Amino acid sequence: MALFSGEDILCFRGERTVFSDLSFSIQSGEALVLRGPNGSGKSTLLRLMAGLLKPHDGTITWDGENISDDPEGHNAHLHYVGHADAVKPVLSVHENIAFWANLRTNAGPIEAALDAFGIGYLTDVPGRFLSAGQKRRVNLARILASPAELWLLDEPTTALDAEAINDLKREIATHRASGGIVIASTHTEIGLKDARILNLDDFKLTEDAA
Amino acid sequence: MNTFISIVKRDLQLAMRQGMDSVMVVAFFILAVMLFPFGVGPEANILARIAAGVIWVAALLSSMLSLERLFQIDYEDGSLELLALQPCALEITVMAKITAHWLTTGLPLLIATPLLAVFMSLPNDGFWALFLTLAIGTPSLSLIGAIGAALILGSQRGGVLLSLLVLPLYIPVLIFGVSAVDGAISGLPIKAHLLIMAGMLVAALPLCPWAGAGAIRQALET
Repeated sequence: MALFSGEDILCFRGERTVFSDLSFSIQSGEALVLRGPNGSGKSTLLRLMAGLLKPHDGTITWDGENISDDPEGHNAHLHYVGHADAVKPVLSVHENIAFWANLRTNAGPIEAALDAFGIGYLTDVPGRFLSAGQKRRVNLARILASPAELWLLDEPTTALDAEAINDLKREIATHRASGGIVIASTHTEIGLKDARILNLDDFKLTEDAA
Repeated sequence: MNTFISIVKRDLQLAMRQGMDSVMVVAFFILAVMLFPFGVGPEANILARIAAGVIWVAALLSSMLSLERLFQIDYEDGSLELLALQPCALEITVMAKITAHWLTTGLPLLIATPLLAVFMSLPNDGFWALFLTLAIGTPSLSLIGAIGAALILGSQRGGVLLSLLVLPLYIPVLIFGVSAVDGAISGLPIKAHLLIMAGMLVAALPLCPWAGAGAIRQALET
């Protein structure tokens, strides 16, 4: 069982306070959905959770240990999907994913990850021929190719079609069933079962089935 | 170590496939040096007098040519933030990218040097000194340049800013590189020069990846 939590987080962007006294706590198998209007700090919060940003006050902990004490250790149990897909135009889909998977110690079969998002037929296609949605599928397949407990997904459904969104839903469910944690920001309904919702415009943590 | 090798391999693969970068760097190096016989005139003794300086300055400028892209492309397509989120220290990642940069620019420059030495009618005594100083000096150039390349991330028109940041820091390498070659031509011992250059390289090896990683973390905070 892992416990990922943040306490009294304060964050500024320039002169503006994005949020203050924000707290969250999430355990293995749970999902947290970040909601809020544009500019309310969903991406900022995800970057804080990933350790790319440091909170100005407050702590973010993994199993009671502050993530800034051991950033590499924290990196080992997280996957982050941001706005950019990091697909190299001159590398094939397989090479793109294999590179990222090999940086981890627990790389799994890449073909299975590709098939999970229905892009098995693109294995040898160079990144420059992919559409936006296909690139996003490659980026999502990347996080399947080397398992990590915590998934931080920033608008994961951008550019995805209905079929791919279903794949994503299924993978998130499988991930949670095996004890993983998913934190996602999204505007579209991705129907996470029993997900908790964090509304960023009023910092309210509401418990309900999304 | 595994991560280090993976990143070097990927960067070499990228350089090979999207290709023209190292070819352009070497072409610039050769062309820049070739301009001097046209400008100064083909008299062998005048060319020999300025050969070391010209080749060194050209090497310095051409290695800077490709620095801007060292981190910029990875920064723009999101790879850099993913690289920063791997379970290995960002300093190692930066070191790997610097190594790949040297292999794709410094090494080709080194290989092109004999040709240019002949072209500038550099005396034979100076040739090995030139080759040695470039071999020790160009890794320092890549290392120092990486700090500049990391600092300009996220800025528009980074290229000009980069040269303003990096060129002053290249001066010590240039001074010792050129004076070693001049010394060798006049028959003086050059061990001291080489040792000082090696010292600069040894100092830059840990310091530059560390500073570069710091600058990248700063850039990713936006």
